[in-house]
Amino acid sequence: MKTILNEQQLAIIIRRLSHQVLENNINLDNTVFIGIQPRGIFVSDQMIQVIRQLASPEKVQYGRLDITFYRDDVRNNIHVPNQTDIPFSVENKNVVLIDDVLYTGRTIRAALDALLDFGRPAKVELCVLIDRRFSRELPIQPDYTGRSIDSIVSQKVKVFWKERDGKEEVVLL
Amino acid sequence: MQLSVKHLLGIRDLTRQDIQIILDTATQFKEVLQRPVKKVPSLRDVTIVNLFFENSTRTRISFELAEKRLSADSINFTASASSVSKGETLLDTVNNILSMKVDMVVMRHSASGAPHFLAKHIPAAIVNAGDGINEHPTQGLLDAFSMREKLGRLEGLKVAIIGDIMHSRVAMSNIYLLKKMGAEVTVAGPPTLIPKYIQEAFDIRVEYNLKKALQWCDVANVLRIQLERQNQVLFSSLREYSLAYGINKQLLDSLDKKIVIMHPGPINRGVELDSDAADSNQSIILQQVENGVAVRMAVLYLLSGGRELS
Repeated sequence: MKTILNEQQLAIIIRRLSHQVLENNINLDNTVFIGIQPRGIFVSDQMIQVIRQLASPEKVQYGRLDITFYRDDVRNNIHVPNQTDIPFSVENKNVVLIDDVLYTGRTIRAALDALLDFGRPAKVELCVLIDRRFSRELPIQPDYTGRSIDSIVSQKVKVFWKERDGKEEVVLL
Repeated sequence: MQLSVKHLLGIRDLTRQDIQIILDTATQFKEVLQRPVKKVPSLRDVTIVNLFFENSTRTRISFELAEKRLSADSINFTASASSVSKGETLLDTVNNILSMKVDMVVMRHSASGAPHFLAKHIPAAIVNAGDGINEHPTQGLLDAFSMREKLGRLEGLKVAIIGDIMHSRVAMSNIYLLKKMGAEVTVAGPPTLIPKYIQEAFDIRVEYNLKKALQWCDVANVLRIQLERQNQVLFSSLREYSLAYGINKQLLDSLDKKIVIMHPGPINRGVELDSDAADSNQSIILQQVENGVAVRMAVLYLLSGGRELS
């Protein structure tokens, strides 16, 4: 087991990602943030906190998307869904999708399909905490990356969160 | 997490956790039904046949809609317009349909146990859409979903099931489900329509006085008098039944609390439920119908998976 990010590094990266996203989306009127269930929302919840401090909080539109019904492996294993809560229209908006680990790209593929059922966004960007590069199975790349790591298939990246696991760090198993 | 069953034959076979998973999944499907595109691709490789050997409006449309919202291909079958009227057996009919590569069967049949029989003989997943006087599991689930949605819980809830308990598969599924989820149940109706064994068999209360039952409950699930299943005279007339067991607004207003009125449909207006009660703001009858689609989507979704791809 190797620690990739400790608690302090994690907090700094979350701040950096928030600044980067905001830098490219100065006018929040046309931007919405969507965290991907179940684990992406831990990243997005924290980023939204930072963004609300940096910009006018009432302008920040934030939702959560569950992609269970759009998975391509539904025949192998049935997954019980999580909550989807998108209390705004995504029509013509810049959507920033936020997830914790980008690996094969299949989750993001499903998220894009799910997102289109809510409307036609002007643009979709992807923000991930960890990018397991060179292991993609679909042509999907992040716009904002917390940390890129090289890993092999048999390895696992695990992200721990205070709210759920009592500690905050990213490890490679 | 997975369901402990391969088929939905009755609530009797489900565990408390199964029920919880189905209701929670249905909550998410209800959200899907509010989206601009009310459809998900989950079951696009699944073919479902709706076998209705008995008449139905709500259940059939609800299942069909649920299948379409899940992107499944569905085929409809009505017994009266089929070779069943030429003497084909149930098993032959179903096997012939399955040989055309159908993955799931939704079946309503007038014989109790018909879906259980099928489950023993065919490989497809079976969803019971009502079998005789045995069970109507998806109705039980959608009733529970509607109660939970309206009142926030099932545990400790007081539910009165009123009317023709003897011939009601809805009553059976409701009783099984509510007892498993920790609700209190009273059945109320004329003695001739309440089976004698029911009190000990299910550990529920029996009440012959309608007003007392209503006064006790949080929710009244009012059942239809099933004249088509009664082959003997069990009460003297519909008018007499309605005088003793019909629910109207005046009766509801005379209680010292506002109870929730449910009905699985179709309503015999003026018999078990008067229009002023059925259409009042205490009634959630139309919400039940709306929730039916989400609940059936959850059932079909959860039963469709885990198959090996050949």
